Amino acid sequence: MSATTTPPELTEPAGSSWTNTVTAPRRGGDRWFGLASHGAGVAVVALVTLVGVFLVSQAIPALSKNEANFLTSREWSVGGDNPRFGIMELLWTTTTASIIAMAIAVPIGVCVALFITEYAPQWLRRPAATLVDLLAAVPSIVYGLWGLIIFRPVVRPLEDWLSTRLGWLPLFAPTGITGGTIMFIGVVLAIMILPIVTAISREVFAQTPTTHKEGALALGATRWEMIRTAVLPFGKPGVISAAMLALGRALGETIAVTFIVSTLAAGSDWTWSMLSGGETFASRIANNAAEFDSPQKTGAFIAAGLVLFILTFVVNAVARVVIERRKAFTE
Amino acid sequence: MANRLKVEDVNIYYGAFKAVEGVTLTFEPRSVTAFIGPSGCGKSTVLRTLNRMHEVIPGGRVEGSITLAGQDLYAAEVDPVAVRRTVGMVFQRPNPFPTMTIFDNVVAGLRLNGLRNKSELADAAERSLRGANLWNEVKDRLNKPGAGLSGGQQQRLCIARAIAVEPHVLLMDEPCSALDPISTQAIEDLIEELKTDYMIVIVTHNLQQAARVSDQTAFFNLAATGQPGKLVEVGPTPRIFEHPVHESTEAYVSGRFG
Repeated sequence: MSATTTPPELTEPAGSSWTNTVTAPRRGGDRWFGLASHGAGVAVVALVTLVGVFLVSQAIPALSKNEANFLTSREWSVGGDNPRFGIMELLWTTTTASIIAMAIAVPIGVCVALFITEYAPQWLRRPAATLVDLLAAVPSIVYGLWGLIIFRPVVRPLEDWLSTRLGWLPLFAPTGITGGTIMFIGVVLAIMILPIVTAISREVFAQTPTTHKEGALALGATRWEMIRTAVLPFGKPGVISAAMLALGRALGETIAVTFIVSTLAAGSDWTWSMLSGGETFASRIANNAAEFDSPQKTGAFIAAGLVLFILTFVVNAVARVVIERRKAFTE
Repeated sequence: MANRLKVEDVNIYYGAFKAVEGVTLTFEPRSVTAFIGPSGCGKSTVLRTLNRMHEVIPGGRVEGSITLAGQDLYAAEVDPVAVRRTVGMVFQRPNPFPTMTIFDNVVAGLRLNGLRNKSELADAAERSLRGANLWNEVKDRLNKPGAGLSGGQQQRLCIARAIAVEPHVLLMDEPCSALDPISTQAIEDLIEELKTDYMIVIVTHNLQQAARVSDQTAFFNLAATGQPGKLVEVGPTPRIFEHPVHESTEAYVSGRFG
């Protein structure tokens, strides 16, 4: 080994142009952008934590005075010295209606998205995609109103049919309620979330790499088989994300549900039926906004809000796990 | 030989644009044909008409006749899906299905054909992976994702996937252009072995590769950008490289352009 193998940089005299360049202070833009994005990141975490802390701290005094079981009671009298309240009915209505909404909106949204990306004639794809994106941007209350008016007469015969044919199942037991059943809430929610599910799914499907699709076709896959082997597996995490986003909307949707719900009389019998009425978290809170006149009453509603907060968290965590578990296969 | 693949007077279009004009070619069973020529001359386009993959591209259409063992591949009653099960294809970039395991990738085509029997699938997977010289490298991790393999292994996985359905013809579109020299060597050795069972058509930018692996070479060229590509000449590989008839072939194979 001779001396010539020493890297020239090491022998370069201090103060030369090269050393000046590497020791120069970092560019201002880098530092400011770095600070700004750090700050934004910290702020988001802090904000979520603060919301959680606020909800818990407001809810605890009310919960500690509660004389009923908060999780299993259906009562809701939050005033006075002996408040009795629980979220059983709210939780059941909210989750059931949201599940019905998902069960309707996700398959339809995925099918519409597949039609636009894979089946529609070439000239139709771009306008259809734009249209779906526009529809997704319309506030969901507009679809809610439309669904409310158009689908009431459509859903009622279906409910009658279910209660006569499948009435022996607790889920479809007849209840005599004809207004805002849980099922009808679910249908209206489905209409409200359909555009967003469709728009996100379409976006994801459209990004399926051509090589995957051609790989399937070259093996002799039909169009449907190509979709099953290339498009759907590729789009699955995106569809799950879309579904979760939509579920978040469905769980929290307030105004449309508040219009529709048939509030159950206090002390009415418990039923598992989807054809019964009942309030969701959001509608219970919205319907009773006038009652927020004492910390105790407000605390009870905030406790209900806290459950909704946790519910959304759990749903999102489950979705993350599902997506992560498939990660080894998507890289 | 009855099982020839014959291309006669074929014109290929992308919408109104004529991409390739007047191609006539014959491929013999158990032989390797190489397509060479500068970029944009239509080599890959011609290759993709042989298994009706060209028409997957919007506006893609073909005039003329392409027959395999006497059957017109473009006859009205022929299902393109059936054509692709007989004429397999390997692409430029390795494209194993990313959500599938190595095993599932290999048997994907067989499953599409409706084969469900577990032991038959396992036999076919082993046979195909051995055929693609990949068995020894992956036999202990068949349930791992195919995307976790190296580029060269992924390409051999794609070859295994293509031969699992036992096609008559194997089309390869620059199969080594994304690979390192060692992996390229492995693929070339494999082509030599596969030749005993399949008719192979390979597009390549690597002239040495064409000279090494092929029995017949077809040189494509285009007069100018925007003009359709044409088949300039075709013949036994040694003749094309040593005694080309056309001046442009001579210029291309001797490295003066392209």
